[in-house]
Amino acid sequence: MQSWIPLVPDSASTFSWKVDALYFYLSGITLFFALLISAMLIFFTIRYRRRTPYEIPRPIAGSHKLETLWTVIPFLIAMTMFGWGARIYFEQYKPPANAIEVYVVGKQWMWKLQHATGQREINQLHVPVGRKIKLIMTSEDVIHDFFVPAFRTKMDVVPGKYTTLWFEATTPGTYHLFCAEYCGMNHSGMTGSVIVMEPREFDDWLSGNVGATTPATAGQQLYQTLGCASCHGANGEGGRGPTLTGVFGKMTALQSGESVRVDEAYVRESILNPQAKLVAGFGPIMPTFQGQVSEDQLLQLIAYIKSLQAGGQTTPTTAASPAQTPARPGVSPTRNLR
Amino acid sequence: MRAIESFEVPAPPRVNYINAQYGLKSWLLTKDHKRIALLYLGSITFFFFIGGLYAMMIRLELLTPQGDLLQSTTYNKVFTQHGIIMIFFFLIPSIPATLGNFLIPMMIGAKDLAFPRINLLSWYIYLLGGVITIYALLAGGVDTGWTFYTPFSTTFSNSYVVATGLGIFINGFSSILTGLNFIVTIHTMRAPGMTWFRMPLFIWSHYATSLIFILGTPVIAITILLLAFERIAHVGIFDPALGGDPILFQHLFWFYSHPAVYIMVLPSMGVISELIANFSRKNIFGYSFVAFSSLAIAVFGFLVWGHHLFVTSQSVYAGMIFSFLSFAVAIPSAIKVFNWTATLYKSSISYDTPMLYALGFIGLFTVGGMTGLFLASLAVDVHLSDTYFVVAHFHYIMVGGALMGYLGGLHYWWPKISGRMYPEGWGRFSALVIFVGFNLTFLPQFIAGYLGMPRRYHAYPPEFQVFNVLSTAGASILGFGMLIPAIYFVWSMRYGKHAEANPWHLPGLEWRTQSPPPTENFEVTPIVTWDAYEFAPREETEVVGKFRPELERI
Repeated sequence: MQSWIPLVPDSASTFSWKVDALYFYLSGITLFFALLISAMLIFFTIRYRRRTPYEIPRPIAGSHKLETLWTVIPFLIAMTMFGWGARIYFEQYKPPANAIEVYVVGKQWMWKLQHATGQREINQLHVPVGRKIKLIMTSEDVIHDFFVPAFRTKMDVVPGKYTTLWFEATTPGTYHLFCAEYCGMNHSGMTGSVIVMEPREFDDWLSGNVGATTPATAGQQLYQTLGCASCHGANGEGGRGPTLTGVFGKMTALQSGESVRVDEAYVRESILNPQAKLVAGFGPIMPTFQGQVSEDQLLQLIAYIKSLQAGGQTTPTTAASPAQTPARPGVSPTRNLR
Repeated sequence: MRAIESFEVPAPPRVNYINAQYGLKSWLLTKDHKRIALLYLGSITFFFFIGGLYAMMIRLELLTPQGDLLQSTTYNKVFTQHGIIMIFFFLIPSIPATLGNFLIPMMIGAKDLAFPRINLLSWYIYLLGGVITIYALLAGGVDTGWTFYTPFSTTFSNSYVVATGLGIFINGFSSILTGLNFIVTIHTMRAPGMTWFRMPLFIWSHYATSLIFILGTPVIAITILLLAFERIAHVGIFDPALGGDPILFQHLFWFYSHPAVYIMVLPSMGVISELIANFSRKNIFGYSFVAFSSLAIAVFGFLVWGHHLFVTSQSVYAGMIFSFLSFAVAIPSAIKVFNWTATLYKSSISYDTPMLYALGFIGLFTVGGMTGLFLASLAVDVHLSDTYFVVAHFHYIMVGGALMGYLGGLHYWWPKISGRMYPEGWGRFSALVIFVGFNLTFLPQFIAGYLGMPRRYHAYPPEFQVFNVLSTAGASILGFGMLIPAIYFVWSMRYGKHAEANPWHLPGLEWRTQSPPPTENFEVTPIVTWDAYEFAPREETEVVGKFRPELERI
């Protein structure tokens, strides 16, 4: 931190300087126009002050040339702001394919996080420098918002759906984590910190927290105890229910004739509301698990299903539709507004 | 330069709209638009000071980083109620229901609004909505934020959400009736010769505002009803636990509430056009551009609600379209600012209080509007949304814009409304105090916001304290500045100098009748043969550039 009043927060992600640059551009334009208008106002006010009480100045009818000028120029300037802003926005909100995933569950008034390697954290997130991190987030109750000013990014955490936020930290340090969407009584207490570490330190931190079950393993256990195995097969190979192996991230054909990408949102929906989008060839026999699995457990089940394609299960997918399109890298798996 | 001519004004008869009848009943059952305007003036001032009290509580709490003055539950209610009172019960009705009500018939040469009874009804509806809301505040208050975001408001909040919602729902009908009344009046009641392009720009901006009243307000009514259904009957609309979509609420809410910002600022722009032209004795530069920019703002204002949802996981493509449209809606506002500034060129500027407010408005509105571009710009909004930058931005629009216009207008027309002059020295002094206090309050919040201070925080990290101390100091000055006009306006009603019919020497119709006006506004229906702001004959009009006057007049 500077000793004088700082103008920008700590910069700790690859977005920081990009957003700052645009911010300074906007500030410069704002300052220019604010000063221009103020200077003109002050100049005119002094130069053309009323000198005699009953004077009438000559009327001026206006000028189309000037009107065009001050319509077109501000519009062109606005378009540069628009284009520049949109470009960074696309980067901010399109997570890269090769990111490390961290699950985030917001609840009044705390953040619960779990790394893919199993470590759990409350109101803290440890991340290494130089790696792309993707947060898959949901809420147990109301809307929250995961905001790290030093990373210049934020995303709402919405109940009933998954939202994602990604970043790549650049500078080790401890940074504020805020809930930026008003969420009730202790909203201003729903804060924490993001701790950015050198990769080596981060590995030490990870190994110092071993013993935790990974989300995928926990999901596998749930898969057994909830009885999923009886229809989807002991290892997700399928049976009375569709196979779960090798389907994640791909398109699958539905009973309705449409097809859908198997992403976090679809798996979640299929567990909570199984009849909503039935896989082609399967009947509506699955019961709902609404109220029986928590948000954390849902994320663990999803992690397990994700692991089924990475693992040795090589059963060719029967669910992949002929109309399968290659998975577009970087497309947010978030379900958009219906 | 030529000397101003004195307009022929009938000798002031003793009877005017204020002393035409006496007694409480004559006020409560009045159909006179001027008396109804005064009823509104009294009630919105009441709400303004309640909202101001909440503002002071917020600023005192935020003086220190710890949440030590108020409990967090209380603080959450205080900022919620500050927003609800100020927006729904002060800012939205402020200029239209008081100055608009009083002046629209007078400016177009009519005896009254088209539907005087509906006009009175709208005040009673406003009052009913206000009473219900006050009941909700006294019974325990509401803590959802003025935005009522779901599912917090429908499922989790333990406060008087439905009662407050009912107050706002009912209040909305008064807006709709006012808008309807204005539109019909402007269409059908203009005096002979008062063509559309002779109308003062105040009328144009109220016409545009009325369109939003009529088209937008029903949407907030529907939204509040749905919210109440879900909260009372657990019908799943917004709460995902019931099968609803929480983001749907935000779309519906902002479909009204973003245009509502233009409801607040458009009438103020109308006032500023009057002040700039009349206190510089100059016709507005580019009259038709200023007039049509009001309509453009009203129309485009309906297409930008999605810029409140850039960080909700809304589709990035939708975000892009809303960002583009938000930049587009800024252009008509820029056109206005440039035209106002150009009007001052080679004019004759007086330093009377209303003009000070007008000049202040242009400066503050420029900052407010330009900082809106930061929030329209997608990537920067991702960082800034829900921070103090947003708070600072909309206060520049709502206080620096809407409120400055309201105060300027109130001073300008006070001689006409009350028949008395306010004390000019105190007027200038308080305008200056308000301007300084306002900037000291909200400028630091832009910086705090970019540094990441989230809004609606009851306690905050200590590094933000310096900004909050400045803000609180500014708010104290601002609060003090607001008290001065309140005192001298009341004082002037009894002790102020009697106002002439036309104390500012202006050509507008409202100045061609006595102050205060008679109940029927004009002794004889005026016949209009002049343009708005026609201080000098048309032959003397200076033509700059390649402007062709016949285009201007259409």
